[in-house]
Amino acid sequence: MSYYDFLFAIEVLVGGLLSGVMYSLVAIGFVLIYKTSGVLNFAQGSMVLFAALTFVSLVERGIPFALSLLITFAVMVALGFTIERIVLRPLVNRSPMTLFMATLGLSYIIEGAAQLMWGTQVHGLDLGIDDTPFEVGGILISSFDLLAAGIAAAMVAGLSAFFYWTRIGLAFRAVADDQFAALAVGLRLPRIWGTVWTAAGFVALVAGLLWGARLGVQFSLSLIVLKALPVLVLGGFDSILGAIVGGLIIGASEKLAEVYLGPFVGGGIEGWFAYALALVVLLVRPSGLFGQKTVERV
Amino acid sequence: MTFFSHLKKVAIATAFVLGATAVHADEQYFPLQSYRVGPYAAGGTGFFGGFIDYLNLINIRDGGVNGVKLTWSEGETQYEVEKGVEVYERLKSNPGIAAWNPLSVGIAYAMIDRITDDKVPLITINHGRTDTTDGRVFPYVFPLLLNPYSETSGIVNYIASKEGSLDKLKGKKIVVLYHGSPYGKETIPIYELLAQKYGFELSQIEVPHPGNEQQAQWLTIRRERPDYVVLRGWGVMNPVALKTAQKTGFPADHIVGNVWSNSEEDVIPAGDAAKGYTAITTQASGEQYSVVQEIVKTIYGAGKGNLEDKGRIGSVYHNLGIVNGILNVEAVRIAQAKFGNRTLTGDEVRWGFEHLKLDPARVAALGAKDLFHSINVSWDNHEGDGYVTFQQWDGKKWNVVSDWIAPDWKLLRPIIEKSSEAYAKEKGIKIRTAEDAEAVVSN
Repeated sequence: MSYYDFLFAIEVLVGGLLSGVMYSLVAIGFVLIYKTSGVLNFAQGSMVLFAALTFVSLVERGIPFALSLLITFAVMVALGFTIERIVLRPLVNRSPMTLFMATLGLSYIIEGAAQLMWGTQVHGLDLGIDDTPFEVGGILISSFDLLAAGIAAAMVAGLSAFFYWTRIGLAFRAVADDQFAALAVGLRLPRIWGTVWTAAGFVALVAGLLWGARLGVQFSLSLIVLKALPVLVLGGFDSILGAIVGGLIIGASEKLAEVYLGPFVGGGIEGWFAYALALVVLLVRPSGLFGQKTVERV
Repeated sequence: MTFFSHLKKVAIATAFVLGATAVHADEQYFPLQSYRVGPYAAGGTGFFGGFIDYLNLINIRDGGVNGVKLTWSEGETQYEVEKGVEVYERLKSNPGIAAWNPLSVGIAYAMIDRITDDKVPLITINHGRTDTTDGRVFPYVFPLLLNPYSETSGIVNYIASKEGSLDKLKGKKIVVLYHGSPYGKETIPIYELLAQKYGFELSQIEVPHPGNEQQAQWLTIRRERPDYVVLRGWGVMNPVALKTAQKTGFPADHIVGNVWSNSEEDVIPAGDAAKGYTAITTQASGEQYSVVQEIVKTIYGAGKGNLEDKGRIGSVYHNLGIVNGILNVEAVRIAQAKFGNRTLTGDEVRWGFEHLKLDPARVAALGAKDLFHSINVSWDNHEGDGYVTFQQWDGKKWNVVSDWIAPDWKLLRPIIEKSSEAYAKEKGIKIRTAEDAEAVVSN
């Protein structure tokens, strides 16, 4: 391997890791909800679309950036509490499959509502972040992706601090450990779930802005859940750390596979390679690399 | 589109459906498998908006085609094949169907056998399977103006013109970045053929659907250091390609987009990364053409325009819809000249399409000078030798940057015939003759 080839491999690896952080951003939204309510929220991608479309539509109507951000967050809070009140609360104690199907339906409703409210046009989203690459030791690095990675890291740190050092965070963890025990000590589950959905809405907003700036704000934003699913399988559905590590592994491995294995099998393999990798992990560690092992007494 | 305006549209569409079921004499009906919601709604609203605007213009300005009023109704497909077929089944019993125009490769593929049995034309302007160009095998399918092979030849000819001549392509390196779908892969053999013929080095790289991640592909492109990249994309793949090209330091003015990578929706989300990007088109964009001006004045002036956002008038998809309207209406007009000014059967309209010859003078008379070049359809050539031009994005609008360019039809025809004859053999289809094409079912 020549020095140039070595540099190229490093460049692919770095690009993959940065892409992986973007996948993690979406995956974290799933983890938050799953951790506290056991629901695999398939509507997370639609929430990303809804948040980004709401934000960009407000900005295009002349509302200042910061105010648009605030209004969109308020909308996501309202959406979170509405979902909890109308969809989840009536389905308490139903099977996980019922809850999953409910979020699947919710996904279509949110997608449709987003287009009904804001139209079907494709929008550009400029966050004012320069997207020209810079070179470090012969390797091109995207400044946008690097900043996105920084934002994701800050968000993970913030969420971790929230979970470990606040009373509501403690309540979240209590609910995640045992819902019935949490109820027995007087925790109000509906309020906690509403707050968790709000947090997931906030994650969707951040992911929507960053992904929207990358892809444009359009319907396809909701498809980024497809990138998050193998991350969750690999990292574990209930671990924020798992979402981050899983994202990095998936991002790096799919890019390396596309470049080095792709040419031998006709190319275009990164779409399924991530799932193949996740499947292998599923066979070896069903709860993922960082997921909590469940033991059921029978 | 606001909630209430959407409701209004639904109400109007419902009214049209109800109205269309009671077609009176001297009405010609267009069933529209449109997509106004879902992932490709931006293209669907533009195209079907332009098509309907033109049909409206003919009705309001001319009182229809020689007194025959044009009617239509819409069925929502969301660009999904099964919904497209469902809409076909729902609308096919309406009387006086002129032609189907689904603007979807998948839906068109699913309809070929059905519309052939029905004897009603299926229009796949600028898309569809290439071998349907051969009218000897596909009597009712019309990939008008441009099939994928002609598009490929047009792009290579354009790159050659930038280099000076076709000879100058020798030794150049071209990468084709294609969508991982049957649509994306359709031109692989033609690029290989042209690379051999003109001596350029070729690399074809697939982007898996939907194409929202292309870091690996563009790093590979950077390593290969090509002179040009041809973007054969669709949907979100296009802006992501332009943005990732910028991230990896590849210049946008050396990327040439195909006909489904050439709209405002493909470049606006890419922001500054799209400046200088060039793409092929069969119809220019902009409002300056007479027919578009007439639509603005007559249709939008009367509050009957189909586009919710008037800022999209003259956009790539809107103008494509208008051109599609012109071709459909002129086919009906040509068929009327032979069969009479009345409601025509699908087979009679097929005959009209097979005699659709609009030279530049006739195009100008229709108010479309410089909007598109010409068309020359015959019973065995259902594409009609459409010319192409190239437009460059300046960050706000497309600007035409080339003359009208002719693809190398003579080179492509034997390949198309080989494919269509193989299809005929596989399906047991008898190859048509000119006499067969003149036999028309009139009721």
